Amino acid sequence: MSGSTVVFYLLGLMSIVSAVLSVTSRQIFRSAIYLLFTLIGIAGLYFWMDYQFIAAVQIVVYVGGIAVLIIFSIFLTQQSGEQLPEVPVSRAVAGALAVMAGLALVLVLMDRNGFTGLSDPGPAPSISAIGEKMLDINGYALPFEVVSILLLAAMIGCIVIAMRKKPQV
Amino acid sequence: MNVEPGLFHFLVIGAVLFFIGIYGFLTRRNLITMLMSVELILNSVNINFIAFNKYLWPGTLDGAFFTVFIIAIAAAEAAVAIAIIINLFRSHQSINVEVAEEMKY
Amino acid sequence: MNTTNIILIPLLPLLSFILLGLGGKRLFGDKAGWIATVAMLISFILACGVAMNYFGDHSDDAYVSKIVFNFPWLHFGNGLQINMGALIDPITSLMLFVVTFISLMVHIFSLAYMKGEDRFHIYYAFLGLFTFSMLGLVISSNLFQIYIFWELVGVSSFLLIGFYYQKTTALAAAKKAFIVTRFADLGFLIGILVLSAQAHTLDFQQLMINLTSTEYASAAGAFMGISALSWGLALVFMGAAGKSAMFPLHIWLPDAMEGPTPVSALIHAATMVVAGVFLVARLYPLYSIADVGVQSLISSVGAFTAVFAAVIACTQTDIKRVLAYSTVSQIGFMMFSLGIMSEDHLGFTASMFHLFTHAIFKALLFLAAGVIIHYVHSNEMQDMGGLSKKMPVTHLVFLLACLAIAGIPPFAGFFSKEEILLNAWNNNRSIFFMALLTSGLTAFYMFRLYFSIFWNKPHHDHDHGHSKKEGSWFELVPLMILGVGTVLAGFVPFGEYVSADGKPHHVNMDLQFSLAPVGIALLGILLAAWMYFKESTKPEKTAAGFGVFYKAAKHKFYIDEIWLGFTKGVLFNLIGRPAAWFDKNVIDTLVKGTGSATQGAAEGIKGMQSGKVQQYGLYFLFGIIIIVSVFLFTQGGR
Repeated sequence: MSGSTVVFYLLGLMSIVSAVLSVTSRQIFRSAIYLLFTLIGIAGLYFWMDYQFIAAVQIVVYVGGIAVLIIFSIFLTQQSGEQLPEVPVSRAVAGALAVMAGLALVLVLMDRNGFTGLSDPGPAPSISAIGEKMLDINGYALPFEVVSILLLAAMIGCIVIAMRKKPQV
Repeated sequence: MNVEPGLFHFLVIGAVLFFIGIYGFLTRRNLITMLMSVELILNSVNINFIAFNKYLWPGTLDGAFFTVFIIAIAAAEAAVAIAIIINLFRSHQSINVEVAEEMKY
Repeated sequence: MNTTNIILIPLLPLLSFILLGLGGKRLFGDKAGWIATVAMLISFILACGVAMNYFGDHSDDAYVSKIVFNFPWLHFGNGLQINMGALIDPITSLMLFVVTFISLMVHIFSLAYMKGEDRFHIYYAFLGLFTFSMLGLVISSNLFQIYIFWELVGVSSFLLIGFYYQKTTALAAAKKAFIVTRFADLGFLIGILVLSAQAHTLDFQQLMINLTSTEYASAAGAFMGISALSWGLALVFMGAAGKSAMFPLHIWLPDAMEGPTPVSALIHAATMVVAGVFLVARLYPLYSIADVGVQSLISSVGAFTAVFAAVIACTQTDIKRVLAYSTVSQIGFMMFSLGIMSEDHLGFTASMFHLFTHAIFKALLFLAAGVIIHYVHSNEMQDMGGLSKKMPVTHLVFLLACLAIAGIPPFAGFFSKEEILLNAWNNNRSIFFMALLTSGLTAFYMFRLYFSIFWNKPHHDHDHGHSKKEGSWFELVPLMILGVGTVLAGFVPFGEYVSADGKPHHVNMDLQFSLAPVGIALLGILLAAWMYFKESTKPEKTAAGFGVFYKAAKHKFYIDEIWLGFTKGVLFNLIGRPAAWFDKNVIDTLVKGTGSATQGAAEGIKGMQSGKVQQYGLYFLFGIIIIVSVFLFTQGGR
């Protein structure tokens, strides 16, 4: 078992375990921190696959942006030290049952299909290739622009939604 | 089963993360934790895209681009969701989804 | 001939209807009447132009009917197509003139008569609608189009009868008129279907060609031993009888007098009620080849109605009702004249001639009655009397019109009635004697009316001395114009213009023949003068002398009651009640059951719609898992 294999399993284990903790923890702040670990673990997996750019984006956007945003909103809306209510057993069982069944189904499907993939995938694409493709008319220039407009719209939308309404005179 | 990490292993990690996210989404009642579950679900999908890109079509970049766009949209979604959450908190003094049920029936 | 002019004739009243109906009081105020009157005046001038143009175009020795325009309106494919068109022939030209003329007179008259009414503009809008429909009816080029306009005149008649909708009697009268004519129109509609199915066309000209052809005659279908053509024509006649108030469908017309009096003059004397006569005249070539049964149906219904209504008219005391029964009686004349076929088709010409003259003098009578009613504020004869000095103009024109309707030469009614009687004498003696009797009765009841209103007893001024005006000039001028028309209309050489085959028709007036009708009319007048010139008890004594018969006639021979009994006893009890029961107990149970079942089911599963997105997500996930599993394990393990 090579070092990289060990690293892979560690990363995968870290992601899954912290994900489980994230959805089960009754302390919402801890939950967010576990999520952070999961995201970092996933970024690690990207690094493991040699997709440095994606990994960097993952860290910048998710870890640096979304996770911080979530923590920020927790501070805004939650009393400190307050615990989330316990999940009723019936609901937990129903959810777990559904999830187990779904997971089993997906694993069965994956097992049937095999998904062997290439054993030696070769080098990952370079960042410059991604950049060129991003701005190529025949590549992803249009979705790129569309997403930029979407982000702008989302930004304005957030401001409008979260804006404190003036009391009606 | 092959212990050498390959496509299948990534897919398993993706599937497990996806269903963990589903579990969280189904059981939690707090809007922020539900949002976190959704982020988990999106991430599991991203893992699949990257894995497929790497192990099945290494010459192309489409998987990577999908991931980039999903991340961008997830960021927008998170921002809007948090704006809504804050607004809800302002009006209901709570972010439990069960308190926001005026439209029921 | 200018097509635009012909289209404009009906469209101008329509325009006035739309303008006044939409613009209403706010936009036009008291000017509403003027707008409608001006539109009507232009329409009248155009109609005169069209008629003169048509009759002046005398290149051939026969007038041909022309399709002026025709455009496909509804296209159903497979040869079924409904057109909108304009057909111009002698009777159309005649009717265009009559309708626009009478309508114009009524428009002018109403300017003063209806002044100050709350719904003045609505009244004029309805008049416009009616005139449009009536003109559309007379220029119709096919059966379906005429049916549309036929119903439209019915609707506008309904609206105008019910104009004083606060009065329950007016409402009831409007409903009665609508339902009775609508009932008759059922026959008309079936008749249209039969005729068009036989002829494979709706177009009048093509209909005539197809149904009079020899191929058709050999291939014609039959039902119960009577040919399909005759069935169709008899059914169409049913519709015509309803609109023209023939016995036993006449019951709506006297009640229709609840409407404003100018409306009675326009619709229920001069134009709409002769639509039935017009319809039979329009299909005259078919009636002339139809079974003798159909022809004698028309002539006997017409003749019986004439006598029957004349008898009732002698006993009525409401002056508008007398005039209404008189109208019914006169339309009976026109109808039986159409039904009596002869080689020279004199009946057709005579009937149209009588339609023409009758429209003028009957409109005059109604308008004059309107002036009188406004003067004494009553419809009842006993409230009148001695008005000859107070209302000189009305008195004069009323006398003229009475002389005309009684058939005294040289007034309009004399000429047309002579022709009708001559035709009856030549072809059907029994009807001739019925008509002769009716003539006498007509003279009697008209002069009974005349003497009761203008002489009889001295006038009691109910309004405490102050001298009232007879009426405004807007009322008197139309009366005078119509009075002149009443004197002159008879001298129109009518046969030259209107005849069944389009060829000029020379009518020979036989002076010797005229002796009997004029004589009996004079007898009627003298009798009326003897009884009613001075206030006396003679009328009561005479009435007592007739005993039961008088009472029956006074109650209109209980026809209304018979119909009422029929509708109550048969329709309501035997059909309506069971239908209502069925509706209430079976249909409603079904409908309510559907409703409550849905409600119950919804109540039961309402809980599933918890509004909790996560529960939905759970259901969704389970559903997906189940569906995918089913596919996976039934499609075989691929």
